[in-house]
Amino acid sequence: MAWPLREPGLAAWLWRTEGFVNYHWNWRIFWEPAPNGTGTYLDMLLSGLVLTIETALCAWIIALVTGSIVGVLRTLPSKTASRVGFAWVEFFRNMPLLVQLFIWFFVLPEIVPNSWGLWLKQMPNAPFYTAVIGIGLFMSARVAEQTRAGINSLPRGQKLAATALGLTTAQTYRYVLLPMTFRIIMPPLTSEFLSTIKNTSVAITIGLIELTGEARAMQEFSFQVFEAFTAATVLYLLVNIVVVIAMRYLERALAVPGYISGK
Amino acid sequence: MKSPRLMGLALAAAVCAGQVDAEELTGTLRKIKETGVITIGYRDSSIPFSYLDDNQKPIGFAIDICYRIVDAVKQELKLDKLEVEFNPVTSSARIPLLANGTIDLECGSTTNNADRLKQVSFTNTHFLTATRFVSKKSSNLKSIDDLKGKSVASTSGTTNIRQLTEANAARSLGINIIPAKEHAESFLMVETDRAVAAVLDDILLASFVAGSKDPDAYVISGDAFSRPEPYGIMLRRDDPAFKKVADAATAALFQSADGQKLYDKWFMQKIPPKGLNLNTPIGSELKHEFAKPSDSPDPDSYKAM
Amino acid sequence: MFANFDFDVIRRSLGYLFFDGMTFTLTLTGLSALGGLIFGTLIALMRLSGLKLVGRIAGLYVDLMRSLPLVLVIFWFYFLVPYIGQWLTGSSRPIHVGAFVSSLVTFILFEAAYFSEIMRAGIQSISKGQPAAAQALGLTYSQTMRYVVLPQAFRNMLPVLLTQTIVLFQDTSLVYVLSIPDFLGAASKVAQRDGRLVEMYLFAALVYFIISCFASFGVRRLQSRIAFVH
Repeated sequence: MAWPLREPGLAAWLWRTEGFVNYHWNWRIFWEPAPNGTGTYLDMLLSGLVLTIETALCAWIIALVTGSIVGVLRTLPSKTASRVGFAWVEFFRNMPLLVQLFIWFFVLPEIVPNSWGLWLKQMPNAPFYTAVIGIGLFMSARVAEQTRAGINSLPRGQKLAATALGLTTAQTYRYVLLPMTFRIIMPPLTSEFLSTIKNTSVAITIGLIELTGEARAMQEFSFQVFEAFTAATVLYLLVNIVVVIAMRYLERALAVPGYISGK
Repeated sequence: MKSPRLMGLALAAAVCAGQVDAEELTGTLRKIKETGVITIGYRDSSIPFSYLDDNQKPIGFAIDICYRIVDAVKQELKLDKLEVEFNPVTSSARIPLLANGTIDLECGSTTNNADRLKQVSFTNTHFLTATRFVSKKSSNLKSIDDLKGKSVASTSGTTNIRQLTEANAARSLGINIIPAKEHAESFLMVETDRAVAAVLDDILLASFVAGSKDPDAYVISGDAFSRPEPYGIMLRRDDPAFKKVADAATAALFQSADGQKLYDKWFMQKIPPKGLNLNTPIGSELKHEFAKPSDSPDPDSYKAM
Repeated sequence: MFANFDFDVIRRSLGYLFFDGMTFTLTLTGLSALGGLIFGTLIALMRLSGLKLVGRIAGLYVDLMRSLPLVLVIFWFYFLVPYIGQWLTGSSRPIHVGAFVSSLVTFILFEAAYFSEIMRAGIQSISKGQPAAAQALGLTYSQTMRYVVLPQAFRNMLPVLLTQTIVLFQDTSLVYVLSIPDFLGAASKVAQRDGRLVEMYLFAALVYFIISCFASFGVRRLQSRIAFVH
């Protein structure tokens, strides 16, 4: 054993409170059947993980698409476009994600015409769709800001040269500005994607039983609080590591040789 | 070398021995004596057992029973002053919060069953109730099988959601189970048509229906998910001294005339905040249990007179 | 469309919402920001200290906190803090902590990871000449940090720190998962008790929006005034 733990005095001090720890450990709980009939508790957690990943990916697609559009809007010469972009970002940035999810899930069905509202409420997987849209739009504001920063960090000469070559604004963005922008902002976008994955956990409040939700459900059915949350923690860490490694490969694959894209 | 290890063991023993109180009190009683505070866990919306009145104060049948336990503890420890603190708990957090010391007693609508007895213990049963579901009359749902393929709400951390989950799997009903944080939220889901039914203990359903904007629109199912199961006040496990005090206090209350009066106060008369009268006469099994208090988790052990 | 909504419920519950809910949220935000900043600076210093083990531990802590969802961390600490308290103080039983203390501990420890990254960037952005000059003047490490490096780093990173605080302000709404009565929790309670979800949630959204908007504008103005000193 390592030196510190071999010191009996120190060990005694570390374990001194062992007496009253009123918690009943059971690490084998993962292999016990879960009450919802779908298998073991481990299966429960894994199905939550799958749901987390699905939600995160779908939300991220929405975030990327809308966020890039809004980010581009903010850099356009047109004043209206700029203002629209600004309003979009401010709107989705200044409200907590939880509040936004509540508005989509609880408020929207009540303020639209009755039959639509009922359809929205009775929709199977309503929490999933709501979470995807809610989280997607929330993250779109951040993607927009990153896109804007990326475009603005390009040398002014790029845009000027494109205009000199006779490209329209749309063509300038499509062939000159955006390809480089996305390469530059890939590192911050990676961390935004990781944020998206973490934000899916907020959706347990509207009934989306993703990984954190399944861990909580496991805790409620089996009473093994720490085992359940430890498993969830490990799974989130694994997802993180996988995403970071994957993005690093992607970055390397897409890098333009010779261009210093700030790391 | 042996010497340092012996010293270490002696040190450990000394540290542990230092914890033992001269009066030989253990567990919760010792904690209460040392801190002068007892913390009661209450529920937000378990009407009429434990809920908040208009002034956000916890009241209810179970709360009154707990006050009796508090009095008994005060007498037992011969304290001049015993401060009572209240801490809100939800169904899913009550057991861990009891174990980690945040609350000393959980006074609400917690079902006593064998599974939970591995983690906590219960004092004498104060109510018996079965799990049923409530739905709007217009949905025309009579039996559990009618719930097939529908969205059904229940509160997380309860035996109700567990029974619903198990029934769903066993009968292959394909129900979309919506977990809610609190009982009021479960019922709200039915009110707002987000779920077609809510599965809870039938007494709680009765109180929600009675207190709703349109009581006649709802119907509580005849079908039950379980036999009538006992409610008990939760205590920490492995704490025989505290359990003895609680058992004695609750037994004394139930067996006396006060027990019946307390029952009537919450179930047969108007209760705050809206002056609802639940009008639920005491069942024969519960009457029998009041005469001979028991803390058994087994529903079959509760027989009628 | 808005005919059968009762916006009066907002007026009736204003006292509860703001005196109980908003004070909880603002106190939690303020104290967590302060605690997180102090603890975060310590962690940043640990990472930059050059001591391998210390730096490694600090790095692991930051990576851990930044990989986990805040909701999960909130659950962890809610159940864990009393046991930690028991272990730290050597008491004979888990320490009783209320909801506020548990949330405070959670947010301080969680946000410290983010604040530490900000402070680390700030410290590293100070030109090497500064600590070198301090050393030449005979100041010890802690004196250098306290009087030369940290004040400048703090001033440079102030806008980013404040932005992170605004994020923290919004994140406090997540204590909802434990039914802890912050502003959103209070609005929720009223909403569920009176069946007025639309009114209360729209109001809560509006309040958060206004506060965050004002705060971000304030930070932007501050940003334009702070020059980057090298």
